[in-house]
Amino acid sequence: MSDGAHGFGNRGMRDLSVVNPAGRGTVDGTRSSGRVHPGSAEAPFLAARDMRGGYGKADILNGCTITVDQGQIAVIVGPNGAGKSTAMKAIFGMLDLREGSVQLDGQDISALNPQDRVRRGMGFVPQTSNVFPSLTVQENLEMGAYIRDDDFRQTMDQVYTLFPAVAEKRLQPAGELSGGQRQQVAVGRALMTQPRLLMLDEPTAGVSPIVMDELFDRIIEIARTGISILMVEQNARQALEIADLGYVLVQGANRYTDTGAALLANPEVRRTFLGG
Amino acid sequence: MSTTRQAESTSLWRAPALLAVLVFLFVLEGTLSNAFFSGSWNSALGILNMGLLSAIMALGVNITWGYAGLFNAGVVGFLALGGLAPVLVATQPVPGAWEAGGPRVLLALAVGLGTLVVATLVAARVPRAWRFWAALLIISVGYVAYRALFDPAVIAIEANNPAKAGNIGGLGLPVLLSWPVGGLLAAGAAWGVGKVALGLRSDYLAIATLGIGEIIVAVMRNEGWLARGVLNFSGIPRPVPYELDLQGDPDFQARVAGWGMDLATASGIWVKLAYAGLFLVIVLLLILLSELALKSPWGRMMRAIRDNEVAAEAMGKDVTRRHLQVFVIGAAVIGIAGAMMVTLDGLLNPSGYNPLRYTFLVWVMVIVGGSGNNWGAVLGAVLIWFLWIKAEVWGPAVMALVTAPMPEGGLRSHLIESAPHMRFLAMGLVLLLVLRFAPRGLIPEK
Amino acid sequence: MDILNALVAILNFVIIPATAYGAQLAMGALGVTLIYGILRFSNFAHGDTMAFGTGLVILLTWGLQALGLSLGPLPTALLALPVAIAGTAALVLLTDRVVYRYYRQVKADPIVLVMASVGVMFVMNGLTRLLIGVDEIRFDDGARFLISVSQFKGWTGLDEGLALRSTQAITLVVAALACWALFRFLNRSRAGKAMRAYSDNEDLALLSGIDPERVVRLTWIIATALAVAAGTLYGLDKSFKAFNYFQILLPIFAAAIVGGLGNPVGAIAGGFVIAYSEVAVTYPWKKIAGYLLPDWQPEGLLQLLSTEYKFAVSFVILIVVLLFRPTGLFRGKSV
Repeated sequence: MSDGAHGFGNRGMRDLSVVNPAGRGTVDGTRSSGRVHPGSAEAPFLAARDMRGGYGKADILNGCTITVDQGQIAVIVGPNGAGKSTAMKAIFGMLDLREGSVQLDGQDISALNPQDRVRRGMGFVPQTSNVFPSLTVQENLEMGAYIRDDDFRQTMDQVYTLFPAVAEKRLQPAGELSGGQRQQVAVGRALMTQPRLLMLDEPTAGVSPIVMDELFDRIIEIARTGISILMVEQNARQALEIADLGYVLVQGANRYTDTGAALLANPEVRRTFLGG
Repeated sequence: MSTTRQAESTSLWRAPALLAVLVFLFVLEGTLSNAFFSGSWNSALGILNMGLLSAIMALGVNITWGYAGLFNAGVVGFLALGGLAPVLVATQPVPGAWEAGGPRVLLALAVGLGTLVVATLVAARVPRAWRFWAALLIISVGYVAYRALFDPAVIAIEANNPAKAGNIGGLGLPVLLSWPVGGLLAAGAAWGVGKVALGLRSDYLAIATLGIGEIIVAVMRNEGWLARGVLNFSGIPRPVPYELDLQGDPDFQARVAGWGMDLATASGIWVKLAYAGLFLVIVLLLILLSELALKSPWGRMMRAIRDNEVAAEAMGKDVTRRHLQVFVIGAAVIGIAGAMMVTLDGLLNPSGYNPLRYTFLVWVMVIVGGSGNNWGAVLGAVLIWFLWIKAEVWGPAVMALVTAPMPEGGLRSHLIESAPHMRFLAMGLVLLLVLRFAPRGLIPEK
Repeated sequence: MDILNALVAILNFVIIPATAYGAQLAMGALGVTLIYGILRFSNFAHGDTMAFGTGLVILLTWGLQALGLSLGPLPTALLALPVAIAGTAALVLLTDRVVYRYYRQVKADPIVLVMASVGVMFVMNGLTRLLIGVDEIRFDDGARFLISVSQFKGWTGLDEGLALRSTQAITLVVAALACWALFRFLNRSRAGKAMRAYSDNEDLALLSGIDPERVVRLTWIIATALAVAAGTLYGLDKSFKAFNYFQILLPIFAAAIVGGLGNPVGAIAGGFVIAYSEVAVTYPWKKIAGYLLPDWQPEGLLQLLSTEYKFAVSFVILIVVLLFRPTGLFRGKSV
């Protein structure tokens, strides 16, 4: 942080012979997990309820609730600054929540750190810097399978079948791939953990429309295998078309919640959020 | 930022409080005679004088660090280079030295510098692929020419009265004049290294200064013709009276008798007080100048650059040029301190320039005092210097207490003997504690 | 015949010593570059870690010698090395726990870690002084030469002799083994790949379930093992003096930067580049010129730079590389 709280106010950060700003994280990796306790039994597979919190003093999330059921595709849309990505991070434990709870598969996991949420079956594909650039495609996927002690070759083959384009480049460093291929590696890496919930933060940002359609097709395929999908999308119309459930977020709170088709049909939503 | 405002309200009383603590410590050192304090005003003032010099070094570091955020890891080099000035300016000329090789050395140095300039100019004008080889060729030719001129000249100078002199000799000018000259010498070296290091894609100033620091000290040790190298140069003239002269002066004798003091002690204190006054004036002058500079349009621009370099660059500010300026000024201040230190000691001892003591301890002073705060740098410097000196005494004293229950013998005496080394440990712990619990220093930046 | 003599002299006075020195620098630079890649700062305490570890090796060596234990022709220090590595690593992990971990927790700017490493440097320096003092110590025992000058002359009948000291040979063997093991670890093992992944992208490593603290601990242990081994070999080869280990920080940093900070292959290449240049530039070439050009009688020693200026070589190489290849010989992290 260069706001002076834990530094010398920008001093010394220019000198690359002593500091390495590349690849620094934003999440405290030293935090250890708290206890998991049983949640309410009849809740959906993922139930993040009444989340409030943000970075620093001002809250970005103001009582936002997101749920996804098994095998569902849920999409979060909304204007810039609505807190969509923040909601994803909060669900993944990358943000301290002031209020609210996150429940996965009947267990309250609010106190878990991100590493342990991965072990509980959550996978997350961030919007940017979502591959390890100096690692090869194959090594990226292996890192996805880091938590697995079983033989993951089958899963890797599945990923390569799903994304044949990157299969050809498995020995190339991921940093040398095109934007669309990188996105595929990123999704593949998350799939390698065999998650039961896959969270995607704007997977189609910066890729061409053809690649976008292809990615959405793949996402539907993934959901058909029983994996729940939660994603944030800029391309709201296309995303809602494939969504079982849609959330429209405004200022960190739910504005509309309905099926994807219903939201697309809602004239209010169309006018305000889908550009007519 | 709420923390800044908080700091502003607390820093009002922090500086006077720290000053009071320092005064108290020095009074203890001057009056109390026990295992921890010497009870000698001579010792207290001796510490104070070096403390004030450390304060100037800390100010120099704080200018580059505080205003521009640049990491100078070669303080020791600029300090040593500044120390050359009193020898070159204030000592008496060595008969025959200049005639032996002075002009030739100057010519050789000019050829060396000229080679670098030509190499730079040519490298900038030839196609990319040839750049390296063109520069290499020019520098090789230039280097051979330089050595052909330089080596015989140096041998001639060093052969001139080698037992007593062997150096090029001074100009015999007043020693006070050498202080700004020391600053100029350091500034020149800083300009050279800064021009290269700051011009790279990102600045590599820390490693570049670490290197130049070692090199300058190596030059001072090995180039005997400059200031006798490892043979040391003593007898540098003083701006204040000598103790022996004072003791021989009837007026002074009468006055000391009036105070009821011992003549030797009184003359020592007198001389040290004179130095302290001189140093204090310069410390205050430097603080005044740097505070004025910080409040000037130039200083506002420096702060703007530090806070947001990209924005400043977009507004058309030449960031590299400003950084070079501030780095050169900081080094000049360190150079002045170097000249003053050699004057105080009356001795130039190139082997004594230890980077741990003269680079990193100065950094401890700045961080402990408060990055970016001139008063913090000064008070931090005096405090750290006091602790550094006294820890050497306190270490064995504490160790003797701690090991009191142990039987007399090998281990106990080994522990007590090596206890003076505890001061390195102590300084490390002080720095770590301050970083952890008061990262903005004892007197935070306003 | 003269050409052969010249070659032997070059081998004896330049190549062999520079290779041993280069291997020592490379191991030090590997540690610096790993810490830069993973913990994201240049560790000023690295030289003093080397000194502390070597001090520990010396004490243990004395203990072993007192017990009458030895490795025969090999220096006893090699027997002490693993224990000293374990001891130093324990100390370094302790400093990580009480000093550096907090700054990772609050996501402090890396420059704060640099300053903290200066504090740790002072502490380590003090500990080394308490442990073993500041004097020069020689602690090599066992056979001095693998090949001695007289043996070599006897075998070949050349005028020029060649000596291979056992410490030089050991340095090369240990360094080669260490580098081989390190690269195998980084490129083949799961933990090694996790380290590279963490270096690339901390947050994503977290999202893959990699435990960052484990990566950091592993990095400290590897860097310390390399540092203590490098320090011990340097001390066996030359001698132990705590201050020299502080000074060696400059060529080590230079090697890491010349190679490309954060890049292990670069660190090794950088170490050898610096070592070869340093030795070649400070070696008096007069003898070799005498073999090759018997008619030429140069006045000086044909020494480009006196040995006292060896640090200048690191510096000049550094500047030249940065001027012409700003990211180092091998692409480092500092793009």
